[in-house]
Amino acid sequence: MTTEKTTEWTALLAFVLMGAYLGVIFVQSEVVSWFRIQEMFRFQSFHMYGIIGSAVAVATLSIQILKRTGLKTLSGEPIELSPKEWGDSRIPAARYWMGGTIFGMGWALLGACPGPIFALLGAGVSVLVVGLLAALLGTWSYSVLRSRLPH
Amino acid sequence: MLEVLSAPWPWYVAGPLLGLIVPLLLLVGGKVFGISSSLRHMCAASPAPDSWKPSFLRYDWKASGLWNLAFVFGIALGALLAVSLLGVPDAGQSISAATRADLAALGIQDFSGLVPVELFGWDRLLSPAGFVVVVIGGFMVGFGARWAGGCTSGHAISGIANLQLPSLIAVLGFFAGGLLVTFGLLPILLG
Repeated sequence: MTTEKTTEWTALLAFVLMGAYLGVIFVQSEVVSWFRIQEMFRFQSFHMYGIIGSAVAVATLSIQILKRTGLKTLSGEPIELSPKEWGDSRIPAARYWMGGTIFGMGWALLGACPGPIFALLGAGVSVLVVGLLAALLGTWSYSVLRSRLPH
Repeated sequence: MLEVLSAPWPWYVAGPLLGLIVPLLLLVGGKVFGISSSLRHMCAASPAPDSWKPSFLRYDWKASGLWNLAFVFGIALGALLAVSLLGVPDAGQSISAATRADLAALGIQDFSGLVPVELFGWDRLLSPAGFVVVVIGGFMVGFGARWAGGCTSGHAISGIANLQLPSLIAVLGFFAGGLLVTFGLLPILLG
């Protein structure tokens, strides 16, 4: 195996491990649960808000530290965070609130956003195979309709 | 000793640990935390001939997406590890009594495990409620996430943490859609 290939595999393994770290948190904090998502949308517990809120707080602080210290990635590249682009539709921010609303409806129905779909599969909720295929079909359909949707 | 690790982890433990994935991904791989792109990469990587794929799905997914596919594979692996070592959490038991009462009024009776068996099961896919929840719900998650350019991870966590107004608008959309389903559609669907 060449050195380059080895580096590639090491990098992929690192991403698998970071994913696994997330998978454990997803399950043990119960954010993968349909019940928890219902509890959130019914405003009956602080649990989900606390998790998302404190995750955002830690992430915001980390990004500020990374930006201000100018830290580089392990391989020495500068860290870049590209801004979210405003679309070109006459309807302001069309893709964000329209796409966002569709996504939110799906989130409340399925009780899982994309990360938890994979976590539920790993946790043995096998019918989520169908949920994942449906999500792929949704992604594919968006790709077909993309040029006709406001962005 | 394992008892300390059993679910549910309180929000002030789980949330900060979750947030740390953002700097971790940036430092280790220069990657921005986002999960729904993996769905696009899977479509792009599908064995369908290129002529069938819309242009949005024709790109070098190995170069831009392999890390993301490894990452979501890891998520499944981590979940498998968690339930193998610590058991499947009974989330239905740990939610608030008010939610249990509301859901019971909609006909949910089994509060064990992570998802209600009344809706999630191979034999439920052909029932109207089971079909809408899993198939229509899954479709909308995939469609909406790509249209909005991100999901809970890319917008609610990465986007807002990077102070992006479009992400805040997307998250408001997530909530509008979620409330619409919770208080509008579910009572009809399950009632």
